[in-house]
Amino acid sequence: MSVPALEIVEVSKKFRLYREKPTSLKARLLHSRMQVEDFWALRDVSFDVAEGGSLGLIGHNGSGKTTLLKIVAGILRPTSGIVRQRGRLAALLELGAGFHPELTGKENVYLNASFLGLSRKETDRAYEDVVAFAELEDFMDNQVKFYSSGMLVRLGFAVAVHVDPEVLLIDEVLAVGDEAFQAKCLDRIGTFRREGRTIVLVTHALDTVRQICDRAVMLHHGMVHATGAPDDVVREMRYVLLGVADSGFVPEEGTREAEIANVELIRASGTSDRPMLRGDPLAIQVDVRTNEPVDDLDVDFQILDGATNHPVLEAKTSAGGIVIGRFDGKKRVRFRIPAFPYTAGKYWVTIGLTSRETGHLYHVQTQRYEFEVADAPRVQDRVDVSVDIEVEDL
Amino acid sequence: MQPLLRMRGSVAADAETAVRTSEPPHLRMGQRARDLYAHREILLNLVRKELKVKYAASVLGAVWSLLNPVVFLAVFTFVTRVIGNSLPYYPVYLLSGLLAWNLFSVSLTTGARSVIDNANLVKKMSFAREILPLAAIGVALVDYVLQTGVLLLVVIATGYGLHVPELSLFPLAFLTLLVFTAAMTFWMAALNVRYRDVQHLLNVGLLVWFWVTPIVYAGALVQDELAGRELLGVKLFDLYFLNPLAAIVEGMHRALYGVVAPAVSGAPTPVLVDSSMGWIAAVLVAVLVGSAVLLRLAWGLYFRLSGDFAEEL
Repeated sequence: MSVPALEIVEVSKKFRLYREKPTSLKARLLHSRMQVEDFWALRDVSFDVAEGGSLGLIGHNGSGKTTLLKIVAGILRPTSGIVRQRGRLAALLELGAGFHPELTGKENVYLNASFLGLSRKETDRAYEDVVAFAELEDFMDNQVKFYSSGMLVRLGFAVAVHVDPEVLLIDEVLAVGDEAFQAKCLDRIGTFRREGRTIVLVTHALDTVRQICDRAVMLHHGMVHATGAPDDVVREMRYVLLGVADSGFVPEEGTREAEIANVELIRASGTSDRPMLRGDPLAIQVDVRTNEPVDDLDVDFQILDGATNHPVLEAKTSAGGIVIGRFDGKKRVRFRIPAFPYTAGKYWVTIGLTSRETGHLYHVQTQRYEFEVADAPRVQDRVDVSVDIEVEDL
Repeated sequence: MQPLLRMRGSVAADAETAVRTSEPPHLRMGQRARDLYAHREILLNLVRKELKVKYAASVLGAVWSLLNPVVFLAVFTFVTRVIGNSLPYYPVYLLSGLLAWNLFSVSLTTGARSVIDNANLVKKMSFAREILPLAAIGVALVDYVLQTGVLLLVVIATGYGLHVPELSLFPLAFLTLLVFTAAMTFWMAALNVRYRDVQHLLNVGLLVWFWVTPIVYAGALVQDELAGRELLGVKLFDLYFLNPLAAIVEGMHRALYGVVAPAVSGAPTPVLVDSSMGWIAAVLVAVLVGSAVLLRLAWGLYFRLSGDFAEEL
C-alpha cells in the first residue's frame, strides 16, 4: 500500500467565542476577564486518505467539516494534533473567493490561478481551456462585477480544475451552477480520480458522495462518527440527520389497529434495482391489513429528496376525495404518478396510516423505501415517427 | 499508530510533505524568502490588482498619484513664501524628501490595513500572508517611481541638475528606506489584526512623525537649534538621528539636493545638515543595521501571528 497522501492525526480545534470580539486595546484591557466560551469545533479527528483516494466528508451544519478542510489547507492552525500532506494542494473553499469585482474575467483568472499556485506561463498555457470550460469566451474582457452568479461560479471552478493539483480539497461548491455545468464538474472530478489524484470533498449532497467517493467520513459535533464505504456512512448520516432534525425520530411507529402489510414501488420498466428515468410513471402500492375494524382510514405517502431530505411530493387518500369506509381485513391503495418530474438522484418514501378524524397514528414507516431516478437520455438517433399532414383551404 | 511510523521514513525523501501542527511556525528568513520568491506571481498580481482598482473608473488614473507631490509642492511653496523662509530650489529640496516620506507613510497605512482589507482572501485562500503587506509596499513603490519622474522633471526644468559624488548616497538611503519601511509595515500589519487601534494610532503618529522630520523645513535649522546642547553627555543633534526617517530623508536630501549651502544671489545659507558625506553614510549604515534587526523581529512576529489571521478576522 502506498503512503497516504493525507494523514490527519488526532486533530482538535478550539475556537474562543467572545460575546463581542475585543478588537481594540481598550476592550482588551477593560474586559480581560470577558466572558469567553470555548467551543471545540474538532476533537481528536484522525483518518488517512490514500494517494489517489477520494474521500467524502459529510456531516450536518456545524459538524466541523469546513474547519477541518481549512486546517488541512493551512488556513487555520489546529489546537492540537498533526496534519501531514504530500504533494501540491489546491483548496477550493469558495468559488471565486479570490475574485475582485473591478478586474476583468481574464485578469481574475490570472490572479486566482496564482493563488492556487500556477505561474504566469502555466496560466498562459491553461487559459484557453479555462475559458472554454467556463463557456465564457465572450465575457473575458468584462469586469467580473457585471457577471451573474452562475458565470462567477463557472469561472471559479474552471480555474480550480485547471490548476493541476495532486491533492484537491473541495468544499460544497458543486451545489451551485446549473445542472449541465454540475454534470460537467462531476465529470471533471471523475477524470481527476482516474488520473490518480487525491480528492477530499465536503458536501451535503449525499448522492454525490456515493457517486464519486471511494470512502466517506462522517463528522458529528466535531468527532468522527462513522467512517467506511460511502453507502454505509451515508446511511448512518441519514439516520443521524433525521435524529438531529427531529429528536423523536423512529423508523416505524403506531398503534397498529391497521398496519402496512406490503409496499411496492411499481415503475414502468418493471425491475426495481435499476434506476427509473425522469418522466417515467411511478405507482406506489400500499397493502393495508387491519388487526381490528377501522372506521376512518387515511393512507398517505411522502417522497423525500435523498440529498437534502426535503419532501418533494406527497398525497393522501382523503385529500384526493376518497373516503375509505369501515372495514376489517385487507385493502390495497395505489397512488399513480403519471410522470415523475424530479431530477436524477435517490428518493426516500414514507408511508403513513392515520385516522381521518383525529389524525391518530395507526402505523407509519419513515423513509423505509427508496428508489433512484436517472436523467432521461437525450434522443439523438433518427426515429420513425409518423407525421400527420393536413392541408386546408382558407 | 501504524501510519505514523510508515510516514517517518518517507518524510525526508519527500520534500513536498507539509506538516501542520499547533506550534506557531518558526521563521527561517532565508528559506521563507525563497518561498516568497517562488510565489512572487501572487505578489505581482496583487500589486497589479491594487493599482487597477485604485484607478478604476477614474478619468485621470495614474495622474492622480503624480498630482499629490505637485499639490504638496504648491502648498508648501506658498506657505514658505508667506512666512518668508523660502529655501533656494525649494521644489527639489521638498520633493527629494517628500517622496521618501510618501513611500514610507503610504506603505505603512495601507500595509497596516492590508490583512483586514483582504479578509476574504485570508479566510478562503491559503498563501504566504507576508504577500499582503508586501503588495502594499509594492503599490507605494510604483507611485514612488512615477513621482521620482516628477522630481527629475523639476530638476531638469529648473536647471538645478544632479550632483555626482552625492548621488552615490542614493542607493544606500533607498535601501535603508525600504528595509525600515518593510519592518514597520510588517509590525503594524501584524498588530492591527488584533488591535484595530493601530490604524488610528498610526494616523496620529504619522502626523507627528512628518513634522519632526526635516521634509518641509531645512535640516540645517534643526542643526542650528540643537547645536551645542547635550543630554546626559550625548549631543542632542546625534540623538535627533535616532529618528530613522530623519537619517533617511537627510540621506535623500544629500543625494538629490546635493549642495549643503547653495549660493543664491549673495551669501550661501546652509540648507542641509552640515556634515560630511561620510558621516551621513555612517548614520545611514547604522539605521540600516537597526532596521534589519527590526525587520527580523517584525517579520518573525508577523509570521507567528499570521497562522491565526483567518481566525481573528
